[in-house]
Amino acid sequence: MTSLSTNVELQGLTEEKSLKSKLRRSQRKQKFKAICLVAPLFLFVLGVFVTPICIMLFKSIDNPEVHKNWPETTAILSDWKGTELPPASFYLALSKDLRNSSENKTLSAAAKRINFERSGMRSVITRTARNLNKTPLESAEKEAGKLLESHKRWGELATWQAIKRSSSPYTSLYLLNAIDLTLDNDGSIAKVSEDQAIYLNIFGRTLWISLVVTLSCLVIGYPLAYLLATAKASLANMLMIGVLLPFWTSLLVRTSAWVVLLQKNGLINDMLISMKLIDEPLVLLFNRPGVYLALIHLLLPFMILSLYSVMKSISPAYMRAAISLGARPSLAFVKVYMPQTLPGVAAGGLLCFILSIGYYITPALIGSPQDQMISYFIAYYTNQVINWGMAAALGVVLLVCCALLFAIYNRLANKHDLKMG
Amino acid sequence: MKAIRTALFSAITGGLLAAQVASAQSLTVVAFGGASQEAQRTVFFKPFSATSGNQIVEDSYNGGLAKVKAMVDSNSVTWDVLQVEDPDLLRGCESGLFEKMDWNKLGDKGQYIESTISECGMGHIIWSNVIAYNRDSLKTGPKNWQDFWDVNKYPGKRGLRKGAKGNLEFALLADGVKPDEVYSLLETEEGVNRAFAKLDELKPYIQWWEAGAQPPEWLASGDVVMTTAYNGRITNANKEGKNFQVVWDGQLYSVDSWAVIKGSKNKDKAFDFIAYASSAKVASQYPAHIPYGVAHKEATQAIPEKIAKDLPTYPDNLKNALREDTAFWVDYQDELNERFNAWVAR
Repeated sequence: MTSLSTNVELQGLTEEKSLKSKLRRSQRKQKFKAICLVAPLFLFVLGVFVTPICIMLFKSIDNPEVHKNWPETTAILSDWKGTELPPASFYLALSKDLRNSSENKTLSAAAKRINFERSGMRSVITRTARNLNKTPLESAEKEAGKLLESHKRWGELATWQAIKRSSSPYTSLYLLNAIDLTLDNDGSIAKVSEDQAIYLNIFGRTLWISLVVTLSCLVIGYPLAYLLATAKASLANMLMIGVLLPFWTSLLVRTSAWVVLLQKNGLINDMLISMKLIDEPLVLLFNRPGVYLALIHLLLPFMILSLYSVMKSISPAYMRAAISLGARPSLAFVKVYMPQTLPGVAAGGLLCFILSIGYYITPALIGSPQDQMISYFIAYYTNQVINWGMAAALGVVLLVCCALLFAIYNRLANKHDLKMG
Repeated sequence: MKAIRTALFSAITGGLLAAQVASAQSLTVVAFGGASQEAQRTVFFKPFSATSGNQIVEDSYNGGLAKVKAMVDSNSVTWDVLQVEDPDLLRGCESGLFEKMDWNKLGDKGQYIESTISECGMGHIIWSNVIAYNRDSLKTGPKNWQDFWDVNKYPGKRGLRKGAKGNLEFALLADGVKPDEVYSLLETEEGVNRAFAKLDELKPYIQWWEAGAQPPEWLASGDVVMTTAYNGRITNANKEGKNFQVVWDGQLYSVDSWAVIKGSKNKDKAFDFIAYASSAKVASQYPAHIPYGVAHKEATQAIPEKIAKDLPTYPDNLKNALREDTAFWVDYQDELNERFNAWVAR
């Protein structure tokens, strides 16, 4: 009896085991199929999105200009303590590098980098190189003499310390500058001088503008989305076209249209003056209100569509049930309808906020220099000054800010069960 | 079905080949857009295409070397000939961004004004930053930089080009510094501080422009009461019926040159174009379309008086004029622009 039952049990267990392994195998197959389907997109995103971002992040610490173009000076400075003035052999190495790099057309790159480390060095280096090139290469003492004659800065400790710092393969100066810090002469971290410390201010301004724009979009978009979701089909379709049509127009066209509307003799001022509401034209362009107006106009469709998609899926039965249970319509709205729209609010808010943080062209065209956001400076360093290290560093700080905000949002979302998935 | 497929295939390949040939034949010339590029089109681009058979593709930009550097570094040079400001020319030449000028094609150096030719650049125009105002809005306008800074006498907004170049010189001129002392003063810390302090006085009234077409637009729409501008744009706006006035006192003039970008695939055609555009006969026609001086000595002599009086190099206009110091800006551009940016963003 017992052997029969154990046999049956054993058979049951082996059946169970083989069933489990069969299940695991089929699950693995499914996973493999899923990975195969996703693999092309994943590789595409990796190549086109993740890799360039990593390269950009790397540029913020990459420091090739001096150690690649001035190899002898870099080598001879690597053992230098930095506490007293270097001997004549250092001047010889520097002179050789100056001559070689001015022939190879790499002098200005190195000069620019060292100028970033210590202000004023660019002119010192280029003028010294010009003077050196007029004479042949001679002994260490003679070259030292020529350098010191060219400019007194070659006799200053701070100059050599700056060159040593610039010649390391990686640098922290770009990242430090992006948060208004810099390196002292002896290499310790110090605050940047008051009139040069703008980036923390600008980051704050960027986050503040984005916050105001997001909240305004929410306040304006919520009633509009509600109307869209609950109106009759014909009316809703017309309103939807009204929301989508500007959305389909180019960003630049919309921004330029705002310039035409808001300028001193623009349509808005003309209309207000002809209606005798004001005497003098209002200043609506090249200031903060103009920027807010344009940004809200640009980001509103995102908010409306996010809210609309969530509101559309809320059955009207809930409201009716709440009212039938005795709640006033307003109470029913607040207690029953609104909480169900929170995922849409969160999605739309996050979308608007992150888009707004990155906006460049709209504040550039409509705002004054006091309204420029961080992306303007990233573009400035990329396009006008060609300081890609600084542009990358500002981008890194912006990326970290966004990641932090997203992590906070995730934390809150988990607590209140607002996950978007 | 097969016939359609083959026809489609051959049409596509034919089209691609044609496009390849067309792009290989066309020369890309980049200038500053707006009225000056229109004048260049009439005097240089169209006639050159007609006489040499090389198609010219135009593009425009607002100055600076970033795009050029990106092209040369990544070895995908799509621009061939570039109109470039003096400090950018010197910088670009030092950094190996431009080809050396081919004097075999350009002819004898002696026929050009000396300060307009260099290792990598062929002088194109002599242009100037001037004060401009609308005579319809201001019956008596500013006469010099002190007037520009005087907000009590002339209330209203002023336009200034965004950037340190030019504005620091104007600030010092408004503060009473003589033109020949401006640059030696700007090389010192005190001089730069003085210039920024003077700019601070005017800051609440400044509206910044970046494209050359903006100042005449703003004068016409009344957005600013006076502004700095490229002199040619103002004179050309007057040709279109506006009533603007150019103030020559304290003008800051400079030279723009043609340069060929290093690694350009149409190097020979580029030098052909530059030789054509700099020749006496062709160059002498340019000032009639927009009042900028030219580099060819003979062409300069041949300009009629009516046009010559609007040029920056006309003797009367050169009183109290300041020539932009290229070497100074090449050396100090970076840090002064950084300081300017920090100042303007507050």
